[in-house]
Amino acid sequence: MRITKRAATVALLTAATVAMTGCSAAGGSSDGADAADCAPAEGKVELSFTSWIPGIEDVVKVWNDENPDIQVAVQTGPNGNGGTYANFFNQLEAGNAPDLGQIEYDALPNFRVQDGLVNLASCEGVMDAKADFVDWTWGQVSFNEDDAVYAIPQDSGPMAMFYRADLFEANGIAIPTTWEEYATAAEQVRATGAYITNFSQGDINQFAGLVWQAGGTWFGNDGDNWNVDLTGDESVMVADYWQDLIDRDLVSTVPAWTTEWDNAYNTGAAWTWNSAAWGANSIASGAPDTAGKWAVSASPQWEAGDEASGNWGGSSTAVFTGSEHPYEAAQFALWLNSSSESLTMLNESANLYPAAKDGLELPVLKEGVEFYGDQPIYDVFAEASGQVSADFVWGPTMTQTYNDVSDGFKAAVSGQGTLSEALTAGQTSTIDALKAQSIPVAE
Amino acid sequence: MSALTESPTVARPAKRRAAANPAPKGPKESPLSRVGAMTVMLVFTLYFLIPIWWLFVAGTKSSSQFTSTNPLWFADFNLFENIGNLVAYRDGVFLKWMLNSALYAGAGALLATLFAGMAGYALAKYRFPGRELLFNIVLGGVLVPATALALPLFLIFSQVSLTNTFWAVFLPSLVSPFGVYLTRIFASASVPDELIEAARLDGAGEVRTFFTVSVKLMFPALVTVFLFQFVAIWNNFFLPLIMLRDETLFPVTLGLYAWNSQVNQIPELRGYVLIGALLSIIPLIILFLLLQRFWRNGLGAGSVK
Repeated sequence: MRITKRAATVALLTAATVAMTGCSAAGGSSDGADAADCAPAEGKVELSFTSWIPGIEDVVKVWNDENPDIQVAVQTGPNGNGGTYANFFNQLEAGNAPDLGQIEYDALPNFRVQDGLVNLASCEGVMDAKADFVDWTWGQVSFNEDDAVYAIPQDSGPMAMFYRADLFEANGIAIPTTWEEYATAAEQVRATGAYITNFSQGDINQFAGLVWQAGGTWFGNDGDNWNVDLTGDESVMVADYWQDLIDRDLVSTVPAWTTEWDNAYNTGAAWTWNSAAWGANSIASGAPDTAGKWAVSASPQWEAGDEASGNWGGSSTAVFTGSEHPYEAAQFALWLNSSSESLTMLNESANLYPAAKDGLELPVLKEGVEFYGDQPIYDVFAEASGQVSADFVWGPTMTQTYNDVSDGFKAAVSGQGTLSEALTAGQTSTIDALKAQSIPVAE
Repeated sequence: MSALTESPTVARPAKRRAAANPAPKGPKESPLSRVGAMTVMLVFTLYFLIPIWWLFVAGTKSSSQFTSTNPLWFADFNLFENIGNLVAYRDGVFLKWMLNSALYAGAGALLATLFAGMAGYALAKYRFPGRELLFNIVLGGVLVPATALALPLFLIFSQVSLTNTFWAVFLPSLVSPFGVYLTRIFASASVPDELIEAARLDGAGEVRTFFTVSVKLMFPALVTVFLFQFVAIWNNFFLPLIMLRDETLFPVTLGLYAWNSQVNQIPELRGYVLIGALLSIIPLIILFLLLQRFWRNGLGAGSVK
């Protein structure tokens, strides 16, 4: 019994991989077959939904009160890479996955390749909702295929530059608008004894955001094979840029998210942070003594006059294979991620920055923020969100890719090797990992 | 988190062994080696206690002072305010987790001790075919780390629809191969056959003999098994992580871990994780202080054989 089930699973996985790569490029019409059956159920429906957002149950309660026939039960756990993704895979294997689950954009391809996601394209209202979401977030959940929607975008992390307005002004340093100016400013800041920023050796998705801004992409799918391109021109350009700053001791390299790191911002030893919308609170809580002294401006650009932004983080709400009620699940996911009521609550309880276009206009995101000298900082992020390229694609083994590149980055900041060598090593190991999982790779 | 809670477990035997050494050697010991031993001891004590000290100090700080003040010394004393905030956060879910942990670990360890004690006693005192084979199989169980069993257990529990229930964590906690091993050794050393024989002659049944006579003689070993099992369940993290989705079923380790995994995006959780970690080790410390005496006896007696 077990054996046959396992064999079936393996066969399924293989078939899924083939199916996916077979139709993802041009038409993608055969994927519609997955989604054919998305009809409303009769009578009352109960759904389970796993999410790690604290306070999500309050949001779900609002839905439950308004929709007596579609009751959603919340399940929770640590964040995705902290164990919830592993649990999802275990549950898919055991056949008791929840109806809905929270999945970050960079993990979606992994679930897609393992045939864990339901294509919601034929569910009523889902394709119509495309226009309600910021374009690039829709690209992330549809893998830019036609007739395909594997999740509903929830939140996003468009990037901008947090900076110490008071210190830049007091020292007569211009706010950099290009990366070239940023490097010049870095020298001037270093002359005062501080660092312009900290280069994080562990946040590879932040680095990916910088590559994203530069117009690079790390993965692609030509319909048959995955392309892995960690060492594309843009990636190498970004890596060399930061390598140069590290070599000249113009950026610090303490591990991010530690008290040491907080302290650097709190004491004015670091002046800027190229981060995402959700990072606003990280600084406010990590550097409380600097309240009122920060401001936010658009990310520095590679060419003066460009308007490009990257993205760091963000998640979606997906419906898992095996759910008996994809229709109701899709309705809930749409409400959760596009109603202003829900988005306001999610922003208040977990600082989520919406992926829905209307969400960017929420009253709470229009107000001035005290910590940033009453600047309405989310206007900057709303603009950045519109400037994020829709072409960036994540790979199916991002955890492994992050780990391997991070190992290389750690070595590089301690003087062994360079950032671009770390990308080269990550390229090789990612291709190996894909092959090990029988995922076809173009060489 | 688990490293912090483990430290009292590890610290005590190390200290005791070092402390017990000088006594039999007495005056012959050279001052140099004594100083050496004391230094090693001191270093280890500091190694184990500083993290707890850090945690305590961090627990007394407000979130703004946490990053900006000396990590090993106090700023404004906000301990009780922090505890109040933690308990109030999300309708006291933290208290629920503490209760869950107490239930999993307390009831689980109690029953596990009973089962292990009975099994060990039976293996020591009754002769029956396959006894050694059975014992060796149980011994083999000692070698299999609990973590390795979590995923198979999940798949099995999935088939009977028991995942995400109290039983998913509780039932596996009732098994203690090490307990069977220890109680067997202890029973064969400390429960004389003659005594059992006498009880039988007086008309006591086997079960009654076990509960009235043997349990008392095996008490130190049972306390040891209880303590080990209690700590193992309290610190068990992987099994609940895999089994549980419902927040109201979480033990405190999993709950704090879940919060800690989101500190990057929701920084205010950091304060709750710190104060929660501090509170979560208190039951272990109390238990150790209370049962230390029995435990020491049990460990010594078990090891002689």
